[in-house]
Amino acid sequence: MGIGSMSPIPMLSRDSSVCSQSVIQQYLIVMKIQGRSHMKLNHQMRLPLLLQPGSSALNSSKEHKQVYVKELDPVSGKFIERSYKLLNVLEFNSSRKRMSVIVRDEEGKLLLLSKGADSVMFERLAKNGREYEEETREHVHEYADAGLRTLILAYRELSEEEYKAFNEKFSEAKNSVSADREALIDDVTEEIEQDLILLGATAVEDKLQQGVPECIDKLAQAGIKIWVLTGDKMETAINIGYACSLLRQGMKQITITLDAPEIIALEKMGEKNAIAKASKQSVLRQITEGKNQVATSSTEAFALIIDGKSLAYALDDDVKKLFLELAIGCASVICCRSSPKQKALVTRLVKEGTKKTTLAIGDGANDVGMLQEADIGIGISGVEGMQAVMSSDIAIAQFRFLERLLLVHGHWCYRRISSMICYFFYKNVTFGFTVFLYEAHASFSGQPAYNDWFLSLYNVFFTSLPVIAMGVFDQDVSARFCLKFPLLYQEGVQNVLFRWRRIIGWMLNGVCSAVIIFFFCIQALNLQGFNKDGKIAEYQILGATMYTCVVWVVNCQMALAISYFTLIQHIFIWGGIALWYLFLLAYGAMPQSISTTAYKVFVESLAPTPSFYIVTIFVVISALVPYFVYKAIQMRFFPMYHGIIQWIRYEGWSDDPEYCNMVRQRSIRPTTVGYTARSLARTNPLDGIQNHR
Amino acid sequence: MRDLFMDEFAVSLLVQELGLIIYQFTQQNLPACKPVLSPVWVVQIVYRYDVECVPALYRSNKLAYIKDNSIPKNCSKSLKIRWLPLELKICFQLVFMRDAHGFLANSKLMKAPIYIYYQLDNYYQNHRRYVKSRSDRQLLHGLKHHDLSSCAPEDFNHGLPVVPCGLIAWSLFNDTYSFFRGIDEMKVNRKNIAWKSDRDHKFGKQVYPFNFQNGTLSGGAHLDPKIPLSDQEDLIVWMRTSALPTFRKLYGRIEEDLDADDIITVKLLNNYNTYSFTGSKKLVLSTSSWLGGHNNFLGMACISVGVSFIFVAFVFMLIHVKNPRPYGDTTNLSWNWKPMSG
Repeated sequence: MGIGSMSPIPMLSRDSSVCSQSVIQQYLIVMKIQGRSHMKLNHQMRLPLLLQPGSSALNSSKEHKQVYVKELDPVSGKFIERSYKLLNVLEFNSSRKRMSVIVRDEEGKLLLLSKGADSVMFERLAKNGREYEEETREHVHEYADAGLRTLILAYRELSEEEYKAFNEKFSEAKNSVSADREALIDDVTEEIEQDLILLGATAVEDKLQQGVPECIDKLAQAGIKIWVLTGDKMETAINIGYACSLLRQGMKQITITLDAPEIIALEKMGEKNAIAKASKQSVLRQITEGKNQVATSSTEAFALIIDGKSLAYALDDDVKKLFLELAIGCASVICCRSSPKQKALVTRLVKEGTKKTTLAIGDGANDVGMLQEADIGIGISGVEGMQAVMSSDIAIAQFRFLERLLLVHGHWCYRRISSMICYFFYKNVTFGFTVFLYEAHASFSGQPAYNDWFLSLYNVFFTSLPVIAMGVFDQDVSARFCLKFPLLYQEGVQNVLFRWRRIIGWMLNGVCSAVIIFFFCIQALNLQGFNKDGKIAEYQILGATMYTCVVWVVNCQMALAISYFTLIQHIFIWGGIALWYLFLLAYGAMPQSISTTAYKVFVESLAPTPSFYIVTIFVVISALVPYFVYKAIQMRFFPMYHGIIQWIRYEGWSDDPEYCNMVRQRSIRPTTVGYTARSLARTNPLDGIQNHR
Repeated sequence: MRDLFMDEFAVSLLVQELGLIIYQFTQQNLPACKPVLSPVWVVQIVYRYDVECVPALYRSNKLAYIKDNSIPKNCSKSLKIRWLPLELKICFQLVFMRDAHGFLANSKLMKAPIYIYYQLDNYYQNHRRYVKSRSDRQLLHGLKHHDLSSCAPEDFNHGLPVVPCGLIAWSLFNDTYSFFRGIDEMKVNRKNIAWKSDRDHKFGKQVYPFNFQNGTLSGGAHLDPKIPLSDQEDLIVWMRTSALPTFRKLYGRIEEDLDADDIITVKLLNNYNTYSFTGSKKLVLSTSSWLGGHNNFLGMACISVGVSFIFVAFVFMLIHVKNPRPYGDTTNLSWNWKPMSG
């Protein structure tokens, strides 16, 4: 896909007949020197004509200062290896927007090779080096329009004296330790990077990673709003927007820039205050206009595109609220040419302005601020270095993994954690409330209903593992369905599983269970003879029986609430109950001084007595009835989204496309972005009449 | 040769037996256990005596009566065993049980053993301070154990340790009952009323009551200092504290059947002071089934829970038939209740 674009130019050094080869040659040299560290991995360069695809253009050299380039000699048709001696590197920085190297070729000629952004390079050309300027400008514009990243290449020959003078000054500047070291270096390099001869332009496609459009489509269906914050130029950013379906034909684009002629004219005059004032007014006017547009049309989808310069004004305290309102009204927002700080500021604006959860994902060092500012920062580990990953909460390897991370694991984790917390409440309320009720019957003297060790081990052994298993393994819906029905993610966004109603509901369920357990137990056991020998169920027997009921109820409740039963769940739930009986046996077998009230209580009193088992079964069933009825009613009449999907799966409708669409249709709203929405817009004549590009 | 013969004999026997089994099988005549579910009567008599056993003279001041040692506390009451008498409450419980003899095979109304309980109401035997006031080690090791701090204030008396110490033992129940049918005194078995583990492992065989109830204030029964604690079953039953403030304790067993219309005279000694805390004392006679004593609750609760199940199921079925919900109907999704933002 990559396009190495060659302007029809130049003549570098000795070989004037080889035109574009030199461009590549130079490009490769610079790239090599830089170690490609500033370039994206996915720049796939195809070098037409000159290098055979797949042939290694760069042979790595052990010696750092020597660069070898293998190039195709068009005359002989063979590969020749040439070496260049690297003398100086004039580093790239964002203010310079260019980078240069000084090399000595095999013939001893000194060359300054420079590459940089068009805005800085064109003004540095020599009078005789502007031969192809017009053409190149056209090309650059064309490439940028096609979503490519452009670089201008230029060179200059240096004489020995010139170089010597420069080198002295340069090393002096480099070796200075004063605060203005950077400025010194910049001045020196500025001097030498003059009178360049234009070679041409390269353009590299920012290839989207695999699966990005699909991922964005799914995220959009899940009701997630996507903002693009990029440092790219506006044309590039828009192009990427199209490539990943954030923009589509028929979306109304609101573009906020400061390219208005009067502002450019002001800039030329160079009056800073006047520029700032005019710019701000312009931005404010554009935002207000955009808002009016959005307000008047309810059916159309809008896209907001704003560049870095305007963003600086849009983020001012008095404007940002307006800007945010406009942005919220738009289906997609693209901020281009934005600096790292602006990225962070935009993220903060969204986070604080909407009180919603924000997630930032990025791979570069300039995304770090944004990753840290957002509620969730996700770094993509790739070629851009480790800064993003190191400052992120979660690191993934490719953008498309975000889909699974959010829709599958995000949904699962939300559900697991919220269920686990609710369930923790439930089980402790159930347990604690039986103790409390008993307290009320012991004239609040502080006599616990259960043996001390029962109390201590409740949360440790008998009921903890199932909860943990739920918190780790539970899946309401399989991964396939999570991805198939992205709207499921809204359960987390709307917080339906962890709202107060649900938490309190679980607590009430706990109270209800406790009341049933306690009163049914005491009614069933108290006063009359407990077994055939006419023995009475006193403190120890009642406590142990009630505790048995609590353990059963709490674990069976878990079994009812869980929707993903694996062997682990079985082992934990039934194992927890079995463990209780084993514990009671072992503890009761210990000497009386240790086991106190539990001494032989199971072996002697409980195990041989039928009423113990009958009471257990009866109480467990009764205590689970309220939840069971509630759940059945909810599933039948008020299912949550995951309930519907579980139902679909259960009924075997999951592969019926018509039916699935019916369930999924809620997720496609007119303002949604993504290719599903795009194809829908294409078939829907109401949308997509106007084309703003 | 002989072995061979024996084998043949055995084989022929086996064949014969097999033939018999096959015959029984084909004729559907195999030996079988034939369970019949039949109810078991659990009869219970509850009689509250703490009011009637106070002479009319002292009715206004029961406390003075019970505290006065000079007044004899003897009291005689008669219970009539019969169907639903007005003055007595006879309850029964329907319990399904495998009984080969069929429905109500026992013509006796109360079949032995009949358990005698005393019931105390409003008696917080589960109060923490009360429950704590004992020394398990002393009960097992007797005078060899010296740390009686948990028993205070009933730990030492006249400078000597009290065995068994503590409030629980001190407040030992001391009403006594004897039963007469006509003029014959019925035998009341007071052995084996405590759990075996208590007798064997919690109360020492070599530990004798010592310095017990020697204080100025007597809480309850005295113990025979010649009988080791492990044989003082009244004490053992009492020391196993109850779970709730209303409780029964096993007193003994009558090992004779009681017929309907039998009149039983109970001679009781109304010693125990429940008047000071407005508690009540009841005498309970009850038979026991495999499910224990009489309790309506479990049966009623089972039935009501079952009925509620059936009701809910019925309502669901009705709704399902009358108003089936279409598949994938998302109108009830929580976020469709109010318009979605963003």
